[in-house]
Amino acid sequence: MSGKKPKKLSAALTHVGVYFALFLFLLPFLWMVLASFKTQVQILNTSKIFEITANFNNYISIFKEYSFLQFIWNSFVVGIGATIFGLILGLPAAYAIAKYKQQGLGLLILVARIVPGISFLIPWFIIFSKLHLIDTYTSLILSHMLVTMPFIIWVMIPFFEGLPHELEESARVDGCSIPSAFVRVMLPISGPGIVTSSILAFIFSWNNFMFSLILAGDNTKTLPIAVFNFISYSDINWGGLMAASVTITAPVLLLALFAQRYIIAGLTGGSVKG
Amino acid sequence: MTNWIDRNIKWVFTMPAVIFVALMMVMPVGYTFWLSFHDWNMSNVTPPLWVAFENYKVLFHDELFLKSLKLMFYFTIASVAIETVLGVGLAILMNQNIVGKGIVKTLFLLPMVATPVAVGLIWVLIYEPNIGIANVFLQKLGLPGQEWLTSQNLVMPSLIFIDVWEWTPMIALIVLAGLVSLPKDPYEAAMIDGANTWQSFSKITLPLLKPTLYSAILLRMIDALKTFDIIYATTQGGPGTSSQTINIYGYVLGFQYFKIGQASALLMVFFVIVLSISIFTILLRKRAGVNL
Repeated sequence: MSGKKPKKLSAALTHVGVYFALFLFLLPFLWMVLASFKTQVQILNTSKIFEITANFNNYISIFKEYSFLQFIWNSFVVGIGATIFGLILGLPAAYAIAKYKQQGLGLLILVARIVPGISFLIPWFIIFSKLHLIDTYTSLILSHMLVTMPFIIWVMIPFFEGLPHELEESARVDGCSIPSAFVRVMLPISGPGIVTSSILAFIFSWNNFMFSLILAGDNTKTLPIAVFNFISYSDINWGGLMAASVTITAPVLLLALFAQRYIIAGLTGGSVKG
Repeated sequence: MTNWIDRNIKWVFTMPAVIFVALMMVMPVGYTFWLSFHDWNMSNVTPPLWVAFENYKVLFHDELFLKSLKLMFYFTIASVAIETVLGVGLAILMNQNIVGKGIVKTLFLLPMVATPVAVGLIWVLIYEPNIGIANVFLQKLGLPGQEWLTSQNLVMPSLIFIDVWEWTPMIALIVLAGLVSLPKDPYEAAMIDGANTWQSFSKITLPLLKPTLYSAILLRMIDALKTFDIIYATTQGGPGTSSQTINIYGYVLGFQYFKIGQASALLMVFFVIVLSISIFTILLRKRAGVNL
């Protein structure tokens, strides 16, 4: 072929293009990390944007002065709770919808994903106030479950559809009831699907802002609310703000790297295999 | 007992989830619908007062509401259009033999999984008129600095830019997955017939990609219409009401002014818009021969 040189050139250009695009998309994160190690004076001085004296004062201050450990714990409790209860309700539902082709129910779950969260915010606030559940883990977990459960069902339906049903049948022949065949046979071989959907469900709960904005209080304030409150102070402590942003995004980014193989399929609800 | 459970397993397994959705979603939306016909400021002393369609009448004469509708569509259409074009371009680039493709794909996931509030705050710093890197960059090029998020004219483009940054990779990765699964034969036939790159892209790739693109755009659009976190974290609808989309306006009416009836009417309209657009696009997708 005579086109060998142009081919090499175009391959080089493709690499430059992809890596440059990647650099642009990662730039805001680099900027965040950089600023989190700067002092306020260094952040305010734009003539030397790369001058840092790498200190951890911003991190120390958000944990000491703003009790970030408490917020991390709150986010963690709510995220884990919403994921576990989401699995308990979601897994059997997804299995039955997949096995008995209950497309109507599948549609209901899809609608739960489409409906704007804000359209039930006012009733939630009123009802949870009446039940004295504002600023409790209970109301936060219940509200976050409306994010985690439909998502888990959505991801697990195609997963269960792809499992061989002979296994369950043979367990049934051995005298298992359907629920115990489900728990003893089907769930153990669904590990990858469960892990992926749990990780993503946890991330969605961890990232959730709107529900916690209404339902969390001083005792249960989750990380997104705590980070957001940072900016409402008149004199913005940029270094602290960026350290807080790093603290909240780092666990999510690590989880995402860990689960990346399944994440695309998960985010698109199995409509595309990643 | 076991027999009964086995015979009705369809319902035993699904009912808990269905009841949960009914209690946490269907019932509250019904409550919002009921509240939208009442006047109430959430007080315990004065109960909701029946006002029939008054809230809806006021709403459709409310300039802020009409403006928030426009802003929502502006934001959604502009973001999704730009994300689709850039996403397809990026996917085509990534569909070549790239060294380290796995890690590149993984790193492209980061903008969309990062906590939106934190993302918003990073961009507040980037756009900061005095110390932000955006203006530092402009000044290096000899251009005047801009007010970005605090400018009435630039706030929407600035927010759209954040959304494009956050979600272009998702479109790109979905399209990439679609590209990988395309059959090779049509391209070979086209090459034999002497088609150039553009022709094989527009005549083969795009038509074959249509179902994937539909899925990607549908998913993206549903979420773009509902964008709340990024806008609330960066501008809270400001400056003034320049970036007050319907989602933000509903929140402000309900939880800052406690105009519960007004807010509920607005939320019902919003609910109907989002649901009908979603159903409409799902049907379009079905007609294009794609199953969910």
